[in-house]
Amino acid sequence: MQFKYSIEGGDFSKAGNASSQVKKMLKQLNVEPQTIKRVVVALYEAEVNIVAHAYNGIIDITIETDKIVAKLTDNGPGIPDINLAMTEGFSTATSHVREMGFGAGLGLPNIKKNADKLEIKSEVGKGTELTITVNL
Amino acid sequence: MLRINIRLIIKVMKIKEVAELLKAKVYGSEDNINKEVEFAFASDLMSDVLTLKANNVLLLTGLANIQSVRTAEMAEVTNIIYVRGKKITADMKDLAEESGILLMECNYSMFKTAALLYNAGVNPIY
Repeated sequence: MQFKYSIEGGDFSKAGNASSQVKKMLKQLNVEPQTIKRVVVALYEAEVNIVAHAYNGIIDITIETDKIVAKLTDNGPGIPDINLAMTEGFSTATSHVREMGFGAGLGLPNIKKNADKLEIKSEVGKGTELTITVNL
Repeated sequence: MLRINIRLIIKVMKIKEVAELLKAKVYGSEDNINKEVEFAFASDLMSDVLTLKANNVLLLTGLANIQSVRTAEMAEVTNIIYVRGKKITADMKDLAEESGILLMECNYSMFKTAALLYNAGVNPIY
């Protein structure tokens, strides 16, 4: 099964809509609750990252018999130093993002903790592609 | 002044009892006031809330916006108390109802709210 969602950068009122829809779908598919939580927490963190940092983005969800793969592709500034971005506490978020309760430098590390596999590809000035895999 | 600390050792508290203790206003279905809470977590930082492993948590926060409710939905936080007199907006109520999350408003500070709940026997996560 495959699903696609569009994300607008900067629009915090809608941040999490896609993750919420994925959560409802996984519940309907009777996926184990702790697995659903891992998928949606990782996905929500990544969705908030697109809203906070990029101009727009696409989420592709693929559900297979043994895994769920979420690929998030954005048009945005990209990440100059991925290792630094993976460091807990490092953040380039604006004050507006912090007012929303995010931007503490915990997003990417928390995605990694919840995922079985995390791949990050990024090009400065173009955008970032995150692939999050959670095994079923 | 002599201060005696007594912490009740009880396993769970009902929402009804939480609301009475905190003089809090509850938003949501009447059915929910008999729901039980065992664990609570206090934070204005939603990134921290997203790192919680526990489910059915009571969240104390002063961050009254739509993202606090959305974060609760993702982190399996089932109840939120907005402290420091923060007001719940219509869009927050709508999303909470859709997600089965109970919301409360309380005028006490985060510190006092946490202290009262802890002394009443609600457990910390860490």
